Amino acid sequence: MKQTHRNHPTYWAFLLHRISGVLLAIFIPVHLYVLSLAVTDGALLDEFLRWSSTPVVKLMETGMVVMLAAHLTGGLRLLGLEFLGWVSWQKTMVALSVGVSLTIGLVFLLNAD
Amino acid sequence: MMQNTVRSETWLWLAQRTSAIVLAVCIVIHLTTMIIAMQGGLSTAEIAGRVSGNPMWLVFYGTFLAAVSVHAPIGMRTVLLETTSLSTKRVGLLTMLLGLFVFVLGVRTILGLYQMVPVS
Repeated sequence: MKQTHRNHPTYWAFLLHRISGVLLAIFIPVHLYVLSLAVTDGALLDEFLRWSSTPVVKLMETGMVVMLAAHLTGGLRLLGLEFLGWVSWQKTMVALSVGVSLTIGLVFLLNAD
Repeated sequence: MMQNTVRSETWLWLAQRTSAIVLAVCIVIHLTTMIIAMQGGLSTAEIAGRVSGNPMWLVFYGTFLAAVSVHAPIGMRTVLLETTSLSTKRVGLLTMLLGLFVFVLGVRTILGLYQMVPVS
């Protein structure tokens, strides 16, 4: 049971990029539909927004923000290594990307009303 | 035939990277805007007041949407090709429909919000 390729931060970075990507692909159509309620049924959107400011939903929303930030920062690492060339400090980049994503999530959560 | 496959894969790769660069800029703006807008509390009136009639936001969200509609389907195509046994053709069709769906839904939302009369 030795899966050594998984025992590396960049494997987890790959997995995080994939999971966040799939979650975003599911989230975006829903997000756009909910926003379209502003045009078709403003009262319903207001009701939705009130519901979304409850703590549990806010936490889920924060999770989505972290996923978006992780896909962004992880994606920047990939663009960097494809276009600017390989650097030996990939693990540092992964750590940085995760750190920045969590920070963005925290800033979002702290500013949530 | 093989040549064509290689060529289209290269184009998809390029489209994925180009849209990624556009998205990187858009997401930074989007996250910043959301954190600022959220502070006064989000509502239909707040959203409409912020974006309706504003050509800058129209251009921004149009660009954002176009990039997403390219990026998400190509990404899902890769995931589905690697994790399912569906044929390349079927996966291509499925994800192209996803992109089209997101784009049409987005255009309707963005144009609708732009044309909305802000409620004061």
